[in-house]
Amino acid sequence: MIRSLPTSSLYRIGYRLYVFLFFTFLLMPLVAISVLAFNDSNFISLPWNGFTLDWFFSATDERQGLFNDEELMASIVTSLSTGFFVAAMSTLVGTLAALLFEEEQFRLKGLLYFLALAPLVIPGVILGISILLTATAAGNHIENTFDLDVELFRPSYWLVILGQFSFAATYVMLLVSARLKKFDRTLEEAALSLKATRLEAIWYVTIPFLRPAIIGAFVVSFILSFSNINTTIFLIGSDPTLPIDLYSRIRFSSTPVLNAVSFLIVLTISGLAIINLFANRSNK
Amino acid sequence: MTDNKKNFNITFYLLIVPVLIWLIFMIVIPHAELLISSFQVEDDLGDMVFSFGNYIEFFTQKIYWLTFVKTAAYSIGVTLLAFIIAFPIAFYLTKVTSKKNAAFLMLLLLIPLWVGELVTVYGWMVLLGDHGVINSFLITTGIINEPLNMLYTNFSMVIGLLYMSMLFMVIPVMSTLQSMDDSLIEAACDLGASKWDIFTKIIIPYSMPGITSGAIIVFMLVIGDYLAPNLLGGKNSLWFTEQIYNNFLTTFNWNEGAAFGFLLLMLSSGIIWLALKLSGQKLDKVGS
Repeated sequence: MIRSLPTSSLYRIGYRLYVFLFFTFLLMPLVAISVLAFNDSNFISLPWNGFTLDWFFSATDERQGLFNDEELMASIVTSLSTGFFVAAMSTLVGTLAALLFEEEQFRLKGLLYFLALAPLVIPGVILGISILLTATAAGNHIENTFDLDVELFRPSYWLVILGQFSFAATYVMLLVSARLKKFDRTLEEAALSLKATRLEAIWYVTIPFLRPAIIGAFVVSFILSFSNINTTIFLIGSDPTLPIDLYSRIRFSSTPVLNAVSFLIVLTISGLAIINLFANRSNK
Repeated sequence: MTDNKKNFNITFYLLIVPVLIWLIFMIVIPHAELLISSFQVEDDLGDMVFSFGNYIEFFTQKIYWLTFVKTAAYSIGVTLLAFIIAFPIAFYLTKVTSKKNAAFLMLLLLIPLWVGELVTVYGWMVLLGDHGVINSFLITTGIINEPLNMLYTNFSMVIGLLYMSMLFMVIPVMSTLQSMDDSLIEAACDLGASKWDIFTKIIIPYSMPGITSGAIIVFMLVIGDYLAPNLLGGKNSLWFTEQIYNNFLTTFNWNEGAAFGFLLLMLSSGIIWLALKLSGQKLDKVGS
């Protein structure tokens, strides 16, 4: 049953078979799209017609490779820059929130903490529509009173960033709080008794201790932003992010170039995951 | 001393002001606006007036509340399935296999999670389609002659929903099992308990906090999901989020969409509240 107990071989083999099937199920879709990205065919299906890199590099009308597809490249750039701003904003605010809730005592703390956790249990769709409704109402109000058209209050690049930030900050807060719980508070007290101001103590003592968690949280919020669709789809303006672009292609015009993009995403993520594994190993 | 006190205050405001801006402008006001909009309809003059019309529409149109009930029932079902499938995996990774193996398998487990739902849903479309990988494989090997109709059914939708959510069951269950002392199981075994008894009377009760966290996250993700029902589901697999999308992006009836959104929010938080009450847990444990 567990490592230290003897078990019958039937039980052991059965259990291993189950685990094997589970991981096959888990990896099957990723392997299938990756392999078909290199199939020399205009359709996203078997049979295997031989190896090609057309769906990455070709520039003919029939086969437009990923790197020659200006629309796709533009949406990748949009997604990368959106992800960067979302990660920067939510890392900053999420870290401040972690410090606030772990170290300070104040009235209504329980209520504020509840609100900060709420994005965990609010479906992304709801965040998307409520931010859209609010931004539109505010935009209309400003237009009627001041005769100004503010881009931020219409579906736009910056509204997407705000929408993704609203839930990404929660995840940053949880990741940073988890590390802050292991922090030895006496270090901060020592700094204070050596005449550091509270702000200096946080900046020179607490923040360096939190650095691994902060970097991790930055990466996590970037990935959350990069793959989000539920919230983003309501807030998108004229420049789609990569998932939105892929989504409309899947619905209306699939070619194996979709597999090429997906393959690159799988490759990048696997690389990051392996780096993460080794980083954790060397920490221990 | 007064100087120090002042410093404390400055730090406190530096911390709380950005957090308040985030919570008030991005969480509180939008949800208040959602509630207000849901009670507004356009009258004959084009002005917005207070009305219960959007909610009356929901309860009188069979398709709306039927979809609502179906979405809730399927979400509970998928959450149960996710538990059944994921629990043995979490147990295997924490208690059965070696630490080194577990680290590698965890890596495999996290990749689909990080890759994002769209890519994996697309992967299932490629696998399950009439000319998809599974059908071509089965036809070439001669196991079947006609392609199996798997894509655009409730079956493919459930596969997609399970795939994107079950990892969120594995991770919290693993973290409770990690803190479980193996000698509890050994003692039960020495005293002659059967595997089934050990499982239902010791392991499951011990991992209940993790199971609750996992179930809440899985349920929330599934009920709020759009991609799997939309891309993998068929004509009969209507999901309540799709009604909201239609209201906002196709028919532009935002007020009715707001009412539906509010109903979905009530449903998901209602069921989550119930789960927390029944298991005696707090929301902040779910996050960690």
